[in-house]
Amino acid sequence: MAYDKFTILRSSAVPMPIENVDTDQIIPARFLKATERKGFGDNLFRDWRYNNDNSPKADFVLNDPTYSGKILVGGKNFGSGSSREHAAWAIYDYGFRCVVSSFFADIFQANSINVGILPVRVSPEFLEKIFAAIEADPKTELEVNLPAQTITLLATGESESFAINEYKKHNLTNGYDDIDYLLSMKEEIGAFAETRPF
Amino acid sequence: MSTPKTLFDKVWDAHVIRQVKDGPDVLFIDRHFIHEVTSPVAFLGLEGRGATVLYPDRTFATADHNTPTLNQHLPVADPMSANQLAALERNAKTYGISHWGLGHIKNGIVHVVGPENGITLPGMTIVCGDSHTSTHGAFGAIAFGIGTSEVEMVLATQCIMQPKPKKMRITVNGKPGKAVLPKDVILYIISQTSASGATGYFVEYAGEVFENMTMEGRMTVCNMTIEMGARGGMIAPDQTTLDYLKGRELSPKGEQWDKLVPYWESLKTDEGATFDLDLTFDAADIEPQITYGTNPGLGTGVTHQIPTADSVKDGSASYKKSLQYMGFQENESMIGKPVDFVFLGSCTNGRIEDFRAFASIVKGRQKADNITAWLVPGSHIVEKQIQEEGILDILTQAGFELRQPGCSACLAMNEDKVPAGKYAVSTSNRNFEGRQGPGARTLLASPLVAAAAAVTGVVTDPREFLN
Ligand code: SF4
Repeated sequence: MAYDKFTILRSSAVPMPIENVDTDQIIPARFLKATERKGFGDNLFRDWRYNNDNSPKADFVLNDPTYSGKILVGGKNFGSGSSREHAAWAIYDYGFRCVVSSFFADIFQANSINVGILPVRVSPEFLEKIFAAIEADPKTELEVNLPAQTITLLATGESESFAINEYKKHNLTNGYDDIDYLLSMKEEIGAFAETRPF
Repeated sequence: MSTPKTLFDKVWDAHVIRQVKDGPDVLFIDRHFIHEVTSPVAFLGLEGRGATVLYPDRTFATADHNTPTLNQHLPVADPMSANQLAALERNAKTYGISHWGLGHIKNGIVHVVGPENGITLPGMTIVCGDSHTSTHGAFGAIAFGIGTSEVEMVLATQCIMQPKPKKMRITVNGKPGKAVLPKDVILYIISQTSASGATGYFVEYAGEVFENMTMEGRMTVCNMTIEMGARGGMIAPDQTTLDYLKGRELSPKGEQWDKLVPYWESLKTDEGATFDLDLTFDAADIEPQITYGTNPGLGTGVTHQIPTADSVKDGSASYKKSLQYMGFQENESMIGKPVDFVFLGSCTNGRIEDFRAFASIVKGRQKADNITAWLVPGSHIVEKQIQEEGILDILTQAGFELRQPGCSACLAMNEDKVPAGKYAVSTSNRNFEGRQGPGARTLLASPLVAAAAAVTGVVTDPREFLN
């Protein structure tokens, strides 16, 4: 499924200073039965976001108009638990393009990149600085620069670099999934096919 | 001198178009098989991104997974199956892919028709949306099963992105005893390594036992390699391989053949090449096998007793649950266990040699009254051989019927389902809970063990019938 290219993202951020946010919270299992990839954003953090009668829980950050933006900043071990790709879909469909944390669960990290979300792992100290900056000014902006692999607090200029696999970086900056990547190699594939003896 | 390479390395490396830094290898795929169940969504995905099939002549379509094995000339009764079959036909037509649908003279199980028509060749990479694609490794090809999104990938780009697996060699030397078939060799190996013992590996088979095996036997072994968790299995091509391939309908001919022979002969593991794991077994330890549990690793010699929970690797809780499902107890003897169904067929044992073996025991005997037997050839070509060799007469005289080709009771997607609680001695490859029908109890075995059960109505040592 196609997604938008990721190069430099400048945005305010939504803080979620909770550790071990697991994929069951991100998207509860009862929403996995869909056969199409539609409407997952509405159910992102469903049980944290809504009461049983579907009224919004006022104290949950996604329901608080003070905070907005395309960057979600989470506590340590974000995305643990079940390997469901739907968790990443829900985050993307809601409108986030980047998740920042001091540690990500492996599979969540891989799933995120495949659907077009950039997971940025920062040091625990830098994470604290980000949370503090948002608390001081909810409209404060972060810049996530994928080509340079840096994340910057624009107000102070404080910056940290992050790691990402070259192949995944290439895909994200071009808005590719694995099949797109291979489609972009058509000429190379064609030349190779010519050399096959059968 | 260059570094010594394994057979697997030689074939893999020859297909790598690009090594993605810190990522998977981009592997070119020589042959792609598709069938009605795992391909429709892949074609939808392809259309969704406006892509097309890059090399339609490298993909072959056959209908097998949910086709009926009786009255194939009639419209398919189950609407879901009929839909999938229609989608396969439509997609094949739209993109110009060869399609051997229901009723076509070359129709049959994908892993039977590929080799018998010369589509499968040594040194190839072969994929299909079915895990038993490993069968084609018998020819010295790298062959493995893929998921639906990868089917789309191969249709669109003729490539797949895969990290290189680890390498394991399994050597079996010596001479197999009486009534020990290739199926027994692989069931024995899986019982020794367990159903997960080769996870993350690609296996190469070596040693006298495989060197002396026919191509059909090698296919049985490579087919079930994935039941120990491996990605696939392969055997170096030799004269037996070339003799099998020469003259097959789509095998290379004339000059092209002559050019390929030296290349094929180079496809063997070099002296000094290393494996991540090397296992060795002795053929003398292998007797006709049968499984008693709910994974293919839970098998033993047919004259043995069911092991006690503390002697198995699987953990005693799941082992006990497995025996409970089967209605068996620890320490019981397998000989004499009642049997209700016998299934001869599947891509594991649905070829002519399997029918010859089965016939060698039922000849001059009668099917036991309590047995329902489903004898399902792997393809129309196998069906024709059965008729021409007089095997059909032997089977008919013994009270058996022959059905029409397809996967049938191997996965019980069509009507061929074993009822709940009933016991089936099956020549297929999986004995998971419910695999042959909800509640069905499967005992995996060779065609000889299946034949012995078919005429006695109970689990029987086939050696009693052979002199
Ligand atoms: S016979 Fe069984 S294992 Fe073989 S292709 Fe058919 S379903 Fe798969």
